[in-house]
Amino acid sequence: MVDIRHGTGEQIGPAEVEDVELYHPHSWWTRYVFSQDAKIIAVQYASTAIAIGMVALVLSWLMRLQLGFPGAFAFIDAERYYQFITMHGMIMVIYLLTALFLGGFGNYLIPLMLGARDMVFPYANMLSYWLYLLAVLVLVASFFAPGGPTGAGWTLYPPQAVLSGTPGGKDWGIILMLSSLILFVIGFTMGGLNYVVTVLQGRTRGMTLMRMPLTVWGIFTATVMALLAFPALFVACVMMLFDRVLGTSFFMPAIVEMGEQLQHGGGSPILFQHLFWFFGHPEVYIVALPAFGIVSDLISTHARKNIFGYRMMVWAIVIIGALSFIVWAHHMYVSGMNPYFGFFFATTTLIIAVPTAIKVYNWVLTLWRGDIHLTLPMLFALAFIVTFVNGGLTGLFLGNVVVDVPLSDTMFVVAHFHMVMGVAPILVIFGAIYHWYPKITGRMLNEAMGQLHFWVTFVGAYLIFFPMHYLGLIGMPRRYYEMGETAFVPASAHTLNEFITIMALIVGAAQIVFLFNLIWSIRHGREAGGNPWRATTLEWQTPETPPRHGNWGKELPIVYRWPYDYSVPGAAEDFIPQTQPGTTSHAPEGAS
Amino acid sequence: MAVVVVLVLVAVGSVLFHLLSPWWWTPIASNWNYIDNTLIITFWITGVVFVAVVLFMAYCVLRFRHRPGNQAAYEPENRKLEGWLAGGTTLGVAAMLTPGLFVWHQFVTVPDGAAEVEVVGQQWLWSYRLPGADGKLGTSETRDITPENSLGLNRNDAAALDDVVIEGGELHLEVGKPVKILLRSVDVLHDFYVPEFRAKMDMVPGMVTYFWLTPTRTGTFEVLCAELCGTGHPQMRGTVVVDSAADYQAWLSQQTTFQQLQAKAGTKETAQAVSAAPAQ
Repeated sequence: MVDIRHGTGEQIGPAEVEDVELYHPHSWWTRYVFSQDAKIIAVQYASTAIAIGMVALVLSWLMRLQLGFPGAFAFIDAERYYQFITMHGMIMVIYLLTALFLGGFGNYLIPLMLGARDMVFPYANMLSYWLYLLAVLVLVASFFAPGGPTGAGWTLYPPQAVLSGTPGGKDWGIILMLSSLILFVIGFTMGGLNYVVTVLQGRTRGMTLMRMPLTVWGIFTATVMALLAFPALFVACVMMLFDRVLGTSFFMPAIVEMGEQLQHGGGSPILFQHLFWFFGHPEVYIVALPAFGIVSDLISTHARKNIFGYRMMVWAIVIIGALSFIVWAHHMYVSGMNPYFGFFFATTTLIIAVPTAIKVYNWVLTLWRGDIHLTLPMLFALAFIVTFVNGGLTGLFLGNVVVDVPLSDTMFVVAHFHMVMGVAPILVIFGAIYHWYPKITGRMLNEAMGQLHFWVTFVGAYLIFFPMHYLGLIGMPRRYYEMGETAFVPASAHTLNEFITIMALIVGAAQIVFLFNLIWSIRHGREAGGNPWRATTLEWQTPETPPRHGNWGKELPIVYRWPYDYSVPGAAEDFIPQTQPGTTSHAPEGAS
Repeated sequence: MAVVVVLVLVAVGSVLFHLLSPWWWTPIASNWNYIDNTLIITFWITGVVFVAVVLFMAYCVLRFRHRPGNQAAYEPENRKLEGWLAGGTTLGVAAMLTPGLFVWHQFVTVPDGAAEVEVVGQQWLWSYRLPGADGKLGTSETRDITPENSLGLNRNDAAALDDVVIEGGELHLEVGKPVKILLRSVDVLHDFYVPEFRAKMDMVPGMVTYFWLTPTRTGTFEVLCAELCGTGHPQMRGTVVVDSAADYQAWLSQQTTFQQLQAKAGTKETAQAVSAAPAQ
């Protein structure tokens, strides 16, 4: 088998393709606004995602205020409550997490980590961002539309999503939501094709696929998955839009709404759920795989040790990506679909735990016998492992069909998915921002503010979501505007809800510190230099920091080794950049 | 050092919370204690893994944190270790999945001779239907729903005429008797949820779904809706009473059949229309 680290006496052939001239901006507008530079587009994506994410944060405060102190805030009525939870969920999953990982980190890191000058299709890349921005604006517009945004829950299940018993169902809310999602998918497809083609075609000389950092593997696999999964969401949205606007009946059976016979018939509400989750489950991994990749690189760099089992890590990413397309109906165990499906989907779902567990082992085995620098990125990486393991393990409850039956639609589910696909990936996003901010701006983020942000966020989020599982175990259903008097819910559960709300307010406030740090450090942060973390990957070897348009000066870099040559025995320093030729004194024996 | 302390606290604190907190499931009232047992097995296996991983991390941070002069080991792969870990994980997963699928097989296999009861959901009200003297539920159709016939029963079906119809009242079940709960909705998704029964299932307009259970103790239990069904979702409540055989028969004899309702509707049409209108 081929050695993954560095070939002995390997000859790097001449370039197969001439270095192409990039589009050069001629004005401030084409340089900073309608930019075709992936790095600018990345910052645009990230800023927009963080801005709309702050809206989702405020929405979560409002919904928690209602749950912790029901009735204390008169303006949060049932309609508004359902609008808040719907918009919070949709924004966080699609417009923040997906956009930030793929549009933000994907755009910034893919060309730089692979030694490319830019994405392969810069113009489509620019359009991708502007369509995303338009999608966000349409989404925000629904707050101001008559009837307000949709309150159908982020899963938008018909028929209720398009009926009058749901906020926005017969007004503009659901129409704007579906339109915004359609725009998002179109925009994403433009960006996504770019990422895939750039990874396959834009790598510099010597950068074989098995020498790509795991960050790129994660983003690449997630993008391929998104290109396959988003079309299901796209058609589901178009069909529901037709049902709502044109009176078709894709998802609408015969219905008597409030005593009145509707003009629909023959459609299947469960069809929507299959389409939605055929997108929705891969979506979980579309968010998780970039996080897996990034956190692997953070741990390796800050523990000064090669990632343990690189090839296993790559294959685990690919296998998880493939398996995630045949587990979707585990979201539908009690949906009324044929119950015999449960056998199949429970089995596939639990099988996916094996490659996922391997990733966790390899992260902690990378720490083992490492030289752990407790920098902010490392702290966030450690916190990620804790929350991800916790959330992943509760997935084994919900994936095991029979255990899911009592827990589904309870607060246990809310706690589980927030832990595993809310808190865990966001901790990686924070770690990644603390890690790459010096490359993007040339300055370090403030350490003291970062420490405050880290401790409050990690400990606070754990205190919010760990006890929440037990509310679900009691039997407390999710998506309840108010519990009211319910015999099986003890008074102490309401006290726990108050505690969770107070923690949510505190954790939310800590994000304002982070936001301030992001802005403050642009001018006042410590000068970072080109490679403050002494990292091996290409983005840290650029001639300028921040990298200029075109990334690499006159000559493209040439790659001679894998990205994890940390603490190589006999080497002068504890890291060897990928661009450094030659083997070290320790010649690798075969492929192990 | 703070990191090590917090990691240990997370591991130990989570276990203590699990053991000492007052929050646990409500006492079961059906045969699905198998589900509870599988859940307990899952708690044990996942709990051990969680504590092991977090404590191992704490150990690594304590032992291998950076000090001047330290150097990390260089070990790209270790096939043997990776193989053992993958194998052990597979075993653990199988230990949870096997009992799970076993119980699921019971869950989807309705015993012969189970009584049938229909639950009908609408925004935001529960209604029920029991087979009449013939022991059979008659046919129904959403299109046939009118103010006088709020469940859409087929007037031309003899099996439907003797069905017992309970609109917005209590459902009674007999203790110790397996019952297949047939679920129907006339408008949006709902979910018939009684926490003490453990079992639940969505109701979907346009189709009939089901689950089964055997009530194991008498008592009065609250019915909730567990699938978001609009702004009235949290208010969609009902009551299930599990009776002894004698009490059940006494209750059943006082209920009205579809035919009786139709006859009443003929005489007091206006009054009937008011009571059939969906309550909020």
